Amino acid sequence: MSGKDRLPIFPSRGAQMLMKARLAGAQKGHGLLKKKADALQMRFRLILGKIIETKTLMGDVMKEAAFSLAEAKFTSGDINQVVLQNVTKAQIKIRTKKDNVAGVTLPVFESYQDGSDTYELAGLARGGQQLAKLNKNYQSAVKLLVELASLQTSFVTLDEVIKITNRRVNAIEHVIIPRIDRTLAYIISELDELEREEFYRLKKIQDKKREARIKADAKKAEWCSRASMCASRPISWMRAMTTCCSKYYLGCVNFQQYYC
Amino acid sequence: MALHSAIKGKLISVIGDEDTCVGFLLGGVGEINKNRHPNFMVVDKNTAVSELEDCFKRFLKRDDIDIILINQNCAELIRHVIDAHTSPVPAVLEIPSKDHPYDASKDSILRRARGMFNPEDLVR
Repeated sequence: MSGKDRLPIFPSRGAQMLMKARLAGAQKGHGLLKKKADALQMRFRLILGKIIETKTLMGDVMKEAAFSLAEAKFTSGDINQVVLQNVTKAQIKIRTKKDNVAGVTLPVFESYQDGSDTYELAGLARGGQQLAKLNKNYQSAVKLLVELASLQTSFVTLDEVIKITNRRVNAIEHVIIPRIDRTLAYIISELDELEREEFYRLKKIQDKKREARIKADAKKAEWCSRASMCASRPISWMRAMTTCCSKYYLGCVNFQQYYC
Repeated sequence: MALHSAIKGKLISVIGDEDTCVGFLLGGVGEINKNRHPNFMVVDKNTAVSELEDCFKRFLKRDDIDIILINQNCAELIRHVIDAHTSPVPAVLEIPSKDHPYDASKDSILRRARGMFNPEDLVR
């Protein structure tokens, strides 16, 4: 992971506010997604438990159904070809409903009877009772299998969704939030840098201004003294000038001591 | 169209040995559509694996089939095709056949589930 990985953004107060808002949003989203993943996981475990239960139940039901088929064959002879040839319309059909778990739609299958039994005359000669039993057994097997199918479909769908959600949670936790954090740190450091620069600049300006003021004051004082000297002793002008200068110098020193 | 097919009942298709098919057909799941394509397939010892695979793929493509029941010994033959089918609909269900006991460790779905549960829970 490189420390340079951050969002391309200009470091300013506005951008900082924006980043803070985004960080808050990312954290909120992370929490929500985590909750969603937990809810899905819970449902997933429930379904998994049910699948295993139903699968073992299925074994028993299928065994019973196969046994009743053998019974029917024993009483009514070989009916296989008759049954295979006489297929026309399905009597048991499947309706699909939607179930919603934390924003994920799971299809739920439901079997229903549609139309009449094609084989109601089968076994009329002999073995009718066995065939009825067989019919009943297989219908209950179909019901169980349809239930199992909807569980299995939910299982597959949930598996997919959980993977996606976990990927998102991890992406936010390990990529997006650190990146925003780094961007924020970058913005703060840049802003501090700017502030220091600004402070230094202000100090510098103050210094310059003070120097300029001292100079101006000195010039003023010089001119004043020179003017007064010129008025009182107009003869030795040059000497007066030098004394004035030395006096001014002293004055300057005093002034500086006074001010600084 | 989508709405129409949602209202219309979907079918259960069966791939398996003769007895399994006969049983489910007597239960009333069989249908032959207008093109005389049945929704079941009888597998005997002469059926080629490629034939089985084609049939399975054809059932997957048909949009009026929601559940495919397949005998586990047949499923073993085309395991790679079943594992490649990952979308939830149609649901592929492995069922025990008359002469092959059900083995939970071979089931595609349960194999995926094993990572999350203890193996003892599955066998139970």
